[in-house]
Parts: sequence; C-alpha cells; structure tokens
Amino acid sequence: MLFFSFFKTLVDQEVVVELKNDISIKGTLKSVDQYLNIKLDDIGVLEEVRYPHMSSVKNVFIRGSVVRYVHLPAAAVDTALLEDATRREAEQQATKPR
Amino acid sequence: MFTTAAQLLDLTDKKLLLVLRDGRKLIGVLRSWDQFANLMLQETVERIYTKDVYADIQRGIYIVRGENVLLLGEIDLDKDDYIPEPYRKASPEEVHQLHLKEMQESKRSDKTRQSKLKELGFEVEHNGEILL
Repeated sequence: MLFFSFFKTLVDQEVVVELKNDISIKGTLKSVDQYLNIKLDDIGVLEEVRYPHMSSVKNVFIRGSVVRYVHLPAAAVDTALLEDATRREAEQQATKPR
Repeated sequence: MFTTAAQLLDLTDKKLLLVLRDGRKLIGVLRSWDQFANLMLQETVERIYTKDVYADIQRGIYIVRGENVLLLGEIDLDKDDYIPEPYRKASPEEVHQLHLKEMQESKRSDKTRQSKLKELGFEVEHNGEILL
C-alpha cells in the first residue's frame, strides 16, 4: 500500500509515464488506484510521429500492469518522509504474524 | 478503496481510444466496465496505421478482457478524426496487406535482437510478444 499512498501525494504533478511498449506519455497525474492504474490529463506523447493514434487524445487511463517507469519531478518527492514511511512499512511487515 | 471504478466512471459513455497489448487501436463508446478494467465498447472501429497510410474497419460491439488493455484515452472532440501527417486514408485491404508485411518484418528483427541479447546473457522482457 506504500506506493499507492506515495503516488497519491503526487497528484496534480507533471509526470512522464513510460509503458512497456516504449511509448512515453507526459501529463498531469490526476488519479491513481490500488492497482497503480494511472490517469493523466493534458497529455503529450514524446516522439509523437511514431504514435499517430495519440494525437487527438486529451486524457488517458493507463493500466498499472503495463507501466515500466514513472518519471517524477524530484522537487515533489519528500525523500526523508518516504524513507520513514518505508521503514515503518518494513517494520510492520516484520512484526506481522504469519 | 476501489477507485478504479471512480477513474473509469467519468469515461463512461464517452468516445475513447483503446490500445491493446497486441498493438491494436480501437475507437468506440465505452458502455460498461468493472474493477479489472474489463471493458465493453459500442460502435467500435479498428484503426490500423502502417507506413504512411491508415484504414478504419467497422467492428461493432467489443468486450475486452482487462489484462489486454494498455491504455484508454478520451478523444478530444475538437480534434476528433484529426490524422497527423504523413498518414493518408487507404482501403482496408491495402492497409491490411502492408500491415501484415510490416508485422512480419518487425517480428523478424525482434527475433534477431532477442537472440543477440540472449547470447549476451540478457533475458528479454516481453517474450516474443510484439508490442506496438
């Protein structure tokens, strides 16, 4: 659930989502759900000539399972907070009865 | 918690572009869906792009299993049916033939690339599957 919460803090930031078929889509992160499906607004495709079908599309829903990378604006990431959250999550995992 | 529904809800009854894992592009009106992004499209048109041509094929109603969905895009109705340069419309038969040829070529170059990567000890990400 950590990454779900993390992505929720990045809503309204400009990100670039790179898919497993190599297409990179830039846009404003509008929402994210528990599968890390991503919704982007005001999109633009890097290397537009290779992907003519995207030219009339204004916003996209991307299935989480096809995402390879999400490029984040470094300024929007509170690294210290993320480290803390990661440690807390790891602790919880370690103490969880199996 | 199940916000997939919320994400798809505002796309319902809109004209959408659906890109599948095998590279197919479908344009249709989203009528129904569930939490796995299984989708139902009405008045679907399949649009094939290849080289510098494209063609539309009427497909009717489409039900797509979620795992095959790559992305779903809302079409800006102001820019609807805007086809960028240098693509021009051609007959479905002509485009289909060109497309088949192009797929075979990319399959072949994919194979060579993969076998070379394997020799170097790399495991390929999408095993033999062509992703466009």
